[in-house]
Amino acid sequence: MTSFRFSRFMLFAGLAFIYLPMLILVIYSFNASRLVTVWGGWSTKWYAGLLDNTQLMNAVLRSLEIASYTAIAATALGTLAALVLTRIGQFKGRTLFGGMVTAPLVMPEVITGLSLLLLFVAMAQLIGWPVERGLMTIWIAHTTFCTAYVSVIVSARLREVDRSMEEAAMDLGAKPWKVFFLITLPMIAPSLAAGAMMSFALSLDDLVLASFVSGPGSTTLPMEIFSAVRMGVKPEINAIASLILLFISIITFLLWFFTRRAEEKRKKAMHKFKTYKG
Amino acid sequence: MKKLRNKLLGLLPKGRHAVIGVPFFWMLLFFLLPFAIILKISFAEADIAIPPYTSLTAWADNQLTLLLNFGNYVLLSEDGLYLAAYLGSLKIAFFSTLLCLLVGYPMALAIARSDKHMRPVWLLLVMMPTWTALLIRVYAWMGILSNNGLLNNTLIWLGIVNEPIQILNTNIAVYIGIVYAYLPFMVLPLYANLVKHDSSLLEAASDLGAKSYTAFWKITLPLSKNGIIAGSMLVFIPVVGEFVIPELLGGPETLMIGKVLWQEFFNNRDWPVASSLAVIMLLLLIIPIILFNRNQARELESK
Repeated sequence: MTSFRFSRFMLFAGLAFIYLPMLILVIYSFNASRLVTVWGGWSTKWYAGLLDNTQLMNAVLRSLEIASYTAIAATALGTLAALVLTRIGQFKGRTLFGGMVTAPLVMPEVITGLSLLLLFVAMAQLIGWPVERGLMTIWIAHTTFCTAYVSVIVSARLREVDRSMEEAAMDLGAKPWKVFFLITLPMIAPSLAAGAMMSFALSLDDLVLASFVSGPGSTTLPMEIFSAVRMGVKPEINAIASLILLFISIITFLLWFFTRRAEEKRKKAMHKFKTYKG
Repeated sequence: MKKLRNKLLGLLPKGRHAVIGVPFFWMLLFFLLPFAIILKISFAEADIAIPPYTSLTAWADNQLTLLLNFGNYVLLSEDGLYLAAYLGSLKIAFFSTLLCLLVGYPMALAIARSDKHMRPVWLLLVMMPTWTALLIRVYAWMGILSNNGLLNNTLIWLGIVNEPIQILNTNIAVYIGIVYAYLPFMVLPLYANLVKHDSSLLEAASDLGAKSYTAFWKITLPLSKNGIIAGSMLVFIPVVGEFVIPELLGGPETLMIGKVLWQEFFNNRDWPVASSLAVIMLLLLIIPIILFNRNQARELESK
């Protein structure tokens, strides 16, 4: 099939297009020369220099903190939203709910960022909270848009899993929350992990929302990188960028590996169970 | 007493209501309500105060006056810069969606038709970059595309050009950056759609003598309509408001509304004008967003 050969070629070309720039970035982060375009031999001095940059390190810690809180909150909220969309039938406002959950996926970040900032300002005037913008407001902003991603991932999983076990437990008189924690949750756990990981990564990466809703003294890592990058390419930024790439790639890969293994185990167990029953 | 207690307990949200209520309330408060506020502020006037805009209502001489200032919208319609920025955004978003589709469709098709156990690996390879920082991936291109960057050096070394060609800070760089950043969002929904196709249709077509490209145009392409819509919307809508890519890779010729809004807000500190820019952007995007939501809802129900 000629058309298939062509698409095969496009797949490889596309993957090269995706990975080459990142590979080049990592290679250049080991460049000894301060001129980023001239190769001056291998060196790790930019990595060593990072540790002395306290401003950057503080931003790293701040971003990791926000990303962790975001991952937890967005996974909880997103799972609830996914349950509502897949397990609870019709209710008043379901269309509105579905719209509110999926719209943040595509909403331009400048709009979400500006509108949330104006909300926080209005709330501070009305009820005196939030007193000052910072980690809390960034966390709220990130949680709101990560919830959308989590609910898409988790609801896809919820639709896939076999519902006969849930129904059997309900028939035997288990309370809905018990069914959820004992039966549904273990089956959808990999998607929850994927959602949490995605929220963590999205939060760690976000520049626009954080710029709008942050306050004095709450500069996140992307904001720090952005203000440095605006001035042009710098070797220190190459180093921190490579570290972030490495960090996220490793976590992504581990997560993918373990969820796949868990999935295979579960399938085998289910298979055993079915043959035993039959 | 027991009656009262039961009544009080009845007031507590029941399980079902709590499950719906918590995410509902959160999204209502932090996603939907802010749009009402943005609309309100777009009718205010910029002021040197904290917060930097005037109030819409005033109470004086026992009269409540509501002051709607349409000045921001008049400014948007009269100043050619804003109109050009909206058009520029729509143009760039349209062509980059098209480019993503042209590159992403064959990729999605190749993954969908590869061995079953290899599919997750290809998908992971395509999706992994979206989990790593966009800012960093855009930054990587800055080093490659600059005048003394890797691409120009390679072109000179190969003898294709004699002196560096200006790519960074032009619209070409913006297109490269957008396609690079948004390609996975095109591939994923297309793959999800293509992988569900019944291959017996293609076999039947080939048995009846259809060439593979005829089968593609007559069967595969029409069947993947929903995937194309979903992928295109996932690219088009956010790109219209994109800020990071035009800011870092674009130049003076790159007029995009996300960048203009950012400048109005952060550089000019004119919150009302930034708000009205956002309101108009939302109005432009409302139809694509509804289309996307409908498509999503249909996909959700189809399984």
